[in-house]
Amino acid sequence: MIAPKTMKTAEYQETAAEEMITNRSFWSDARRRFLGNRMALIGLCFVGAIILFAIFGGLFAQYSIEEIDWSLLGQVNEEGGPSLSNGHWFGVDELGRDLYARVVQGTRVSLMVGFTAGILSVMIGSFFGAIAGYYGGRTDQIIMGAYNITLSIPYIIFFVVWQAFFGRSVGQMIIVMIIINWPAGLLIARGQVMTLKNREFVDAARMLGLSDAKIILRHIMPNMLWVIVIYTSITIPDAIMMESLVSFLGVGIQEPSTSWGALISEGARTMTYGALWQLLFPAAFFAVNQIALYYIGDGLRDALDPKERS
Amino acid sequence: MTLLSVENLSIRFETPDGLVHAVNDISFRIDAGETLALVGESGSGKSQIALSILGLLSPNARTEGRVMYNGTDLLSLKTKQLNKIRAREIAMIFQDPMSSLNPYMTIERQLNESLELHEGLKGDAARKRVLETMDAVQIPNAKNRLRAYPHEFSGGMRQRIVIAMALLCKPKLILADEPTTALDVTVQAQIMRLLDEIRAEMGTSILLITHDLGVVAGACENTLVLYSGKVMEHADTRALFAEPQHPYTRGLLRAVPNVHDDAAELSAIPGQPPNQMLALTGCPFAPRCVDAIDACRDGVPDLCGEGHKRACIRPVEELT
Repeated sequence: MIAPKTMKTAEYQETAAEEMITNRSFWSDARRRFLGNRMALIGLCFVGAIILFAIFGGLFAQYSIEEIDWSLLGQVNEEGGPSLSNGHWFGVDELGRDLYARVVQGTRVSLMVGFTAGILSVMIGSFFGAIAGYYGGRTDQIIMGAYNITLSIPYIIFFVVWQAFFGRSVGQMIIVMIIINWPAGLLIARGQVMTLKNREFVDAARMLGLSDAKIILRHIMPNMLWVIVIYTSITIPDAIMMESLVSFLGVGIQEPSTSWGALISEGARTMTYGALWQLLFPAAFFAVNQIALYYIGDGLRDALDPKERS
Repeated sequence: MTLLSVENLSIRFETPDGLVHAVNDISFRIDAGETLALVGESGSGKSQIALSILGLLSPNARTEGRVMYNGTDLLSLKTKQLNKIRAREIAMIFQDPMSSLNPYMTIERQLNESLELHEGLKGDAARKRVLETMDAVQIPNAKNRLRAYPHEFSGGMRQRIVIAMALLCKPKLILADEPTTALDVTVQAQIMRLLDEIRAEMGTSILLITHDLGVVAGACENTLVLYSGKVMEHADTRALFAEPQHPYTRGLLRAVPNVHDDAAELSAIPGQPPNQMLALTGCPFAPRCVDAIDACRDGVPDLCGEGHKRACIRPVEELT
């Protein structure tokens, strides 16, 4: 392409030089490195597709979640398999309900629980970790005490007890998972703050007369954001895993709601009768999602870890 | 006119192994427009003095004495009150320009911070002041570099930015904690000249902390020599260099190479600085001093003399 005349003006060159200078921030560097990581990009595509599936998949379902296909009932194992002709693209479940609609619903629930619980627990954990690391002393001891107590809770029993008191719902599920998972990110945030608070630029900020809150928010947090981002990307698949595990064991999400774990659990019960699709569809979504998320996490670590910066 | 006076300041640190006596009963004054150099080797407590003035000591530090500024004792102020004095009245320049700027913030945002906090300046007014200050510290092409990050500047340029940060609110006193140690010699000279120009233009007082006698000789009116948290000698810089009156100062000056006389021998001071876990009982320099007599170990010598002050019990004429 031939450069238009305007490109040669001094004004243009000045703005070009300015762009060159301003486009070299840490985050734009990181973005460039992340976009150069093929596996992470593929992972991103898969996760994006699964999220789109959870949001819009329901529009294409031929049946509602609770509608029972009476024509297949009683012969689910022989006739209820995936089929394009009758609209049950993923087949039907044990009770004759459309599995496609059920998988859409399960994906929604699993992603919602995983992302909300994962992100919120890392935020809460790193908030307390930052406070513990910055103030130290008594504050640190109290927070670390709470951390150790949380670690010692057997979480499956905790799920059972909590749900006995407060009932079973997606909301309660998220709350329990935050209570169990909040230490995720606590130690790492605490350690980061403890090293960062002794850096000279934090002294410089104190010298300027900034308050503690401003120092933590403006000077310490941005410097450890990369750790929190990486940690969140690991905690989300872990939370999905935990949700699926407890749902698989029958403690978590229950009918009429469902999740990947609950669907896999149902599928595992019926696979001996030949209804393999009831296990394979939810399991495939679950596995692809987990692997993709881990690759994204890996890509983020490579992109953000300053030690890798060249 | 006295701007800041440090009176009988002692700083101790509580450590698991016991008290560390970092600074022992030090007094000095800085007048408006004066430049005073604090010279001493590592561990002599010179940085801790500066940090104590701004209340930036680590939490395990215990202070005694007073630091009077405008009729208030800075040591007794709460953080909230100190925050009003920090940067606006007394600012500090840190040693390492590589680590004293936040790597994730643009220069403009870092410089704006103190303006917004202390003077409520925002937007164009703040930018104007920032540009003025960047020009004052001679950062070329300041306008285009506002949105750059610290890693895009060289060490000398970063130190200029750090100095600009200290200058923004036009403080009356600048504590420069080894501002040139991390820089190479040519840049050192530029930075020292810059500090000198700033002092001449703005009338700012400067407390320069350094271990580099060469830097002191060119830059400061008065010099205070510290050893093991104790003032050894306090005098006009020229007088101190021409006629050092304390054995420690003499030892230091003999250890500096002289360009004009390459045959001269460099002599090191034998021995090690004293263990700061022990409180002083005699002259801290006595164990290493060639002129020490028994009386030196019996009591801590006072700083005495008019103008040229020294803390040594032996008369000047008897020193080697």
